[in-house]
Amino acid sequence: MFDFLKAKKNTASIAKDRLRIIIAQERTNRGGPDYLPLLQRELLEVIRKYVSIDADAVKVDVVKDGEHDVLDISVALPEGRTATA
Amino acid sequence: MAEIIVVTSGKGGVGKTTSSASLACGLARRGKKVVVIDFDVGLRNLDLIMGCERRVVYDFVNVTQGEASLKQALIKDKRFDNLFVLAASQTRDKDALTKEGVEKVLKDLADDGFDYIICDSPAGIEKGAFLAMYFADQAVVVVNPEVSSVRDSDRILGLLDSKTRHAEDGESIKAHLLLTRYNPQRVDGGEMLSVKDVEEVLGLKTIGVIPESGEVLNASNKGEPVILDMESNAGQAYDDAVARLMGEERPMRFTQLEKKGFFSKIFGG
Repeated sequence: MFDFLKAKKNTASIAKDRLRIIIAQERTNRGGPDYLPLLQRELLEVIRKYVSIDADAVKVDVVKDGEHDVLDISVALPEGRTATA
Repeated sequence: MAEIIVVTSGKGGVGKTTSSASLACGLARRGKKVVVIDFDVGLRNLDLIMGCERRVVYDFVNVTQGEASLKQALIKDKRFDNLFVLAASQTRDKDALTKEGVEKVLKDLADDGFDYIICDSPAGIEKGAFLAMYFADQAVVVVNPEVSSVRDSDRILGLLDSKTRHAEDGESIKAHLLLTRYNPQRVDGGEMLSVKDVEEVLGLKTIGVIPESGEVLNASNKGEPVILDMESNAGQAYDDAVARLMGEERPMRFTQLEKKGFFSKIFGG
């Protein structure tokens, strides 16, 4: 009966925030070669054999460097570990 | 010069065919020579929405494969002399349409003096959707104010930017946002993404906002595109969208919650 007194949760703003994040992420992958997501997944699997990392710790991008396309791979290791490359 | 407009969305069931039918009727009502083509090979439905399902003899694939002439396959609308429908084939062969075949038909239609060619895209991002958008000059992206529809539309925008003839020539094609199933009351209550929210997320300008309305289903039931029902809010909203498509400026309607007056509250008016 006193429903109207309860503050309604604004789910539209949650939707908007989630969309902003996922779309921004998907746009950065766009235009790159089709194999990037697969490469990212396989790298993740290989690295996980040695170190436990999150799915978003491996970033694979193709960036332009003058005339060349450069495959840019970065792996963030969890805190408390030192990378030995 | 014929203007080729693809009506697309990525996600299914958001109102592509309903919108294609209404936009085509609206342009024809404004005196333009219009053809609306169903690209959904295997799942023909535009004919039902346009109300010409019993007059389909030849289809789009028949024309591209030389089994019928364009003239034989074009179905003339009963309401407008300058409006034609090209039905999708019911074949299960998804490769029935080819890029060359589609290009030839579009060229012949342009040579025939059509002002607008509306391409009703199938859902998804496969061959049919690709062919529907490939030759387009403009795109109408149909979106429901809901997360999966918005995300899929962004995928489609990426394809429009890369997999179309204009994109390959280094040009960009103009994309417009058409929001359907919009419910101002739910937007007001914070339960539904607003026009502004969707515009901001997708980076598109809105060409029309179609309110959620029972009239749309009634129109489909009858085979009369809802734009022909100018008593309905949805019909008027589509008419506004057509006017904007033709370059007119019109204020957005039906996007604000109507504040009911004291009397209408009491009498339910």
